[in-house]
Amino acid sequence: MRTRLYSLEELDDIPGTTVFNAMRSRQAYHLHKFCMSLMEAANRDEFRKDERAYLDRFRMSEEQKLAVLSRDFNQLIELGGNIYFLVKLSNTDGWSAQKAVGSMTGMTPDEYAAMMRAGGRSIKGNRSIRGKN
Amino acid sequence: MARITAGIATSHVPAIGAAFDMDRTQDPYWKPVFDGYEWVKEFQRKEDPDVVILCYNDHASAMMLDVVPTFALGCAEEFAPADEGWGARPVPMVMGDPVLAGHLAEQLVIDEFDLTLMNHMDVDHGLTVPLSLMFGKVSQWPVRVIPLAVNVTQFPTPSAERCWQLGAAIADAVQSFPAGLNVQIWGTGGMSHQLQGPRAGLINPEFDNAFLDKLSNRTDELRKITRLEFLRESGSEGIELIMWLIMRAALGAKVEELNRFYHVPASNTAVGHIVLRPVS
Repeated sequence: MRTRLYSLEELDDIPGTTVFNAMRSRQAYHLHKFCMSLMEAANRDEFRKDERAYLDRFRMSEEQKLAVLSRDFNQLIELGGNIYFLVKLSNTDGWSAQKAVGSMTGMTPDEYAAMMRAGGRSIKGNRSIRGKN
Repeated sequence: MARITAGIATSHVPAIGAAFDMDRTQDPYWKPVFDGYEWVKEFQRKEDPDVVILCYNDHASAMMLDVVPTFALGCAEEFAPADEGWGARPVPMVMGDPVLAGHLAEQLVIDEFDLTLMNHMDVDHGLTVPLSLMFGKVSQWPVRVIPLAVNVTQFPTPSAERCWQLGAAIADAVQSFPAGLNVQIWGTGGMSHQLQGPRAGLINPEFDNAFLDKLSNRTDELRKITRLEFLRESGSEGIELIMWLIMRAALGAKVEELNRFYHVPASNTAVGHIVLRPVS
């Protein structure tokens, strides 16, 4: 057996973090196809006109569609999504990246913006679930 | 022969591009960020490089879906700014250098780097925001650009050590190019930031400043940083810092630090910027 510096399970020990890997990439393939379709202005207009009908053009799961409709970014990440794709959706909504990202933290946009201005979220206590540090 | 005359690293936050495009660079929030790049703009006017090898990551704009290339080299004559969901940035077309890119493609594959070669791709903020920061508002970019897109989105990314080795091979490949070109290499992305989940907003200035400190002459320590450590300490998107190591390795053993800038925050991200000169 080849040696490894650490077990890949260690990646699950980072608090509040989902590591986007090949399996998740596959799970979210059609969700991400939808996100990338929003890189064209005509598609953005179509989506805005009737979000549900537009989503039904893609082979996404019902859960993924509902999470898009409710702009639930944590749920979209849970369902395989990756933020670089998902911001195409928040950009279409005219949200700043900060608003989209902050929406996953349970803070209001103002609270999140204030935390960032004050230097961001501290690493202390946010390194490891197991190590509680 | 072609020579690498400087290595430059910078964050490539999309909101910096938006502030730049909307002429908000003097807003109280953004002024400290843009002030940090005044030095390098003057430096670039004097240096007048011919070509930049620009290490960046595509943010799901041109790839990362049907194919997931670990290292992708842009070989086209030109690269259009991508529409990332709000319309393309109003910046000039990015002109490539197919001759030098073709040389790099040959040399690097011969040197065991199994690159993906891109004969067509759009380039997103990861590439165009650094160009804006280095050159300001221009009607055309004063350099040709060879994009080198690195997968930092889908785990596993290349390791820090692999990026280092690629940078070293780029140095050799540039040196073996017969035309007398003034070449720069840029590493972009970082510094600490996390754009997802309940830990979003993570900033780790101790990690970032140690990384900047070690970039000159303690690079053996940086090469050993694991993906896990990057994810833990610098946030899930902080792993973009591996691209700085391609830049650094391409400068050779000894460098002189000419300029450095660090600022928190720009949107969700710690902004870092450094200018290094190879010392022979």
